[in-house]
Amino acid sequence: MSELSVQHLLGIKYLNEKDIQLIFETADHFKEVINRSIKKVPSLRDITIANIFFENSTRTKLSFELAEKRLSADVINFSAGQSSVKKGETLIDTVNNILSMKVDMVVMRHPNPGAGIFLSKHVSAAIVNAGDGAHEHPTQALLDSFSIREKLGDVAGKNVVIVGDILHSRVALSNIFALKLQGANVKVCGPKTLLPKYIESLGVGVETDLRKALNWCDVANMLRIQNERLDISYFPTTREYTQQFGVNKALLDSLDKEIVIMHPGPINRGVEITSDVADSKQSIILNQVENGVAIRMAVIYLLASKIK
Amino acid sequence: MVISLLRISYFCFQKDSHPLMSQKVLLSEKEINIILHRLACQLLENHLDFADTVLIGIQPRGTFVAERLSQILKSEYGVKHIDLGFLDITFYRDDFRRGDKTLAATETTIDFLVEDKNVVLIDDVLYTGRSINAALTALQSFGRPKDVELLTLIDRRFSRHLPIQPNYRGRQVDAINNEKVKVMWKENDGEDVIYLINK
Repeated sequence: MSELSVQHLLGIKYLNEKDIQLIFETADHFKEVINRSIKKVPSLRDITIANIFFENSTRTKLSFELAEKRLSADVINFSAGQSSVKKGETLIDTVNNILSMKVDMVVMRHPNPGAGIFLSKHVSAAIVNAGDGAHEHPTQALLDSFSIREKLGDVAGKNVVIVGDILHSRVALSNIFALKLQGANVKVCGPKTLLPKYIESLGVGVETDLRKALNWCDVANMLRIQNERLDISYFPTTREYTQQFGVNKALLDSLDKEIVIMHPGPINRGVEITSDVADSKQSIILNQVENGVAIRMAVIYLLASKIK
Repeated sequence: MVISLLRISYFCFQKDSHPLMSQKVLLSEKEINIILHRLACQLLENHLDFADTVLIGIQPRGTFVAERLSQILKSEYGVKHIDLGFLDITFYRDDFRRGDKTLAATETTIDFLVEDKNVVLIDDVLYTGRSINAALTALQSFGRPKDVELLTLIDRRFSRHLPIQPNYRGRQVDAINNEKVKVMWKENDGEDVIYLINK
């Protein structure tokens, strides 16, 4: 099989295992491409892509834009802050206006869960979800799994713990779907207030003791405390959170084995992980960023090849 | 003329089990071997010790020809070192989104710089010339070669879409459009043989 089973990338939930393998195999080739002296291929020279960001982003936006440019696509960028959205335009109107300028694909980040799915039902472009509220962030989960596969050889059978604010995290949900699909064992760890009530129904374990969780895992994916989404007080103070759920070098060195540290960024140094952990050789945080471009090139390439 | 040729080929191969598909051997193992040795000698004549020459096999099937030639040059003609690379052209093809299927890529392995080198691009069958055109574009990502030559095992005459001709050719074949030249290799397909298949 050399084709995705979907027309849009709305979430990992809609992919199957073969889709993920195809994306990874394609990303392997793109990773080789972006390490050449000339990092560009002409595949998408007749494709135009709009990056529509209704929410702030640094890494994801740059990564998508770079991926699109490395595939030779034409790129237009749109941020809600400086647009007619402020004047009351609806999402469908905004996107249809952009599409009437002959755009083939839309990469969208939106604060509302399901915004991508809604859009895919109403407009005729291929949609890539670059994060929709607390729902999914599929390309992040793909690049996380791709980085684990690169570091440990395989994702199947590996123990992965996701630490932090699981309740508000789209990265956590997409990662759970992606890791389970590939046969990894997943646990979540964090303050009980930040763990969704029925999270076990997704087939993941729950652990509130960080040391136990770290001793169990091969990989720890540390999430950021998303202060902008914390409407009420979920834990007493940031300092207390750090004491309970922050990873420092001493904790890492006291474990039985050497684990891999991941972080989707942006890092709050000194909160979820300390600087010496983030910059240690166990951390693959910057590899994740590099792999992000290759993964996004693969996703865009595979989706674009289905545009007729 | 095409119809009469079709009829003739159908008549010739009707003993095959499938009435709509027939195949005949274009080149046997022995003939392929002789041709590969001749091509190796021709390369040797122009490039001597291969100090400034690199061989690049085009993925997926040109790599077998390139590997065989490199082996022959080393084992039988005493060439000490040959830079051999494999080039995938998927992302440079001009038929992206024009077929039904997504084009699947294969591996590119070029561990050397092609800057100021003599590059010999190697493929099994030269047909429309579009693959070679894509390969020339892809090659630019690895530097600016001094010159680029083309070696193909089979050259299908009269079927070119682009002004591309090989510098070294194994065998020239007049195949009509709905015929296919299939090159098979021991290491991949179990035997060394080239078939002309009538679809």
